[in-house]
Amino acid sequence: MILDILSWIAIAIGAFFVAVGGLGIWRMPDLFSRMHPAGIIDTTGAGFILLGLVLQSDDWLVSVKLVLIFLFLIFTSPVATYALAHAALLDGVKPWTRQNLKTKEKDDRP
Amino acid sequence: MMFIAAAAALIAAMVLALARAFAGPTAYDRILAVNHIGTQTVLLIAVVGFIADRPDFLDISLLYALINFIATIAVLRYVKRGQANADKQS
Repeated sequence: MILDILSWIAIAIGAFFVAVGGLGIWRMPDLFSRMHPAGIIDTTGAGFILLGLVLQSDDWLVSVKLVLIFLFLIFTSPVATYALAHAALLDGVKPWTRQNLKTKEKDDRP
Repeated sequence: MMFIAAAAALIAAMVLALARAFAGPTAYDRILAVNHIGTQTVLLIAVVGFIADRPDFLDISLLYALINFIATIAVLRYVKRGQANADKQS
């Protein structure tokens, strides 16, 4: 019973952070600030949802697979995000600042 | 019940990321959005496996996590220099 309540709390927290991350991907002003809600989904959202699923699982093999999914996400997501930021900076994508907003006439805003 | 709420939140976030993939000003925005649709698909497959009470879905989820990473790196290799402002010129 206590495990059920704990896993429901964890899944609720994870679902909240996933929803907030999705909203942030849509609402943030440019690419580099959109990477921040992306990181929220990859760490907090995925971590809490997988923690809740681990607490619900009966078999130890299921728990091991869930932990493996979390480890893969933890290792691959920063590498992908770093490669994306590196390629975008080399390509000449300007980070969004207040001065850019004034000079470029809100062109980049969604 | 909580699984269905988590699946609903994941689907809502996927819809928002899909909108960003359509609207994104540069190619890198689209790559970021597609990468995160992939991450949320991994979580959604795991949650649906618990809803349907079929733990075999976790293998598919594990495989999808790896393919998603490879796909992002591969697409970044193919995006050439000068693609950032391609949409604004046309």
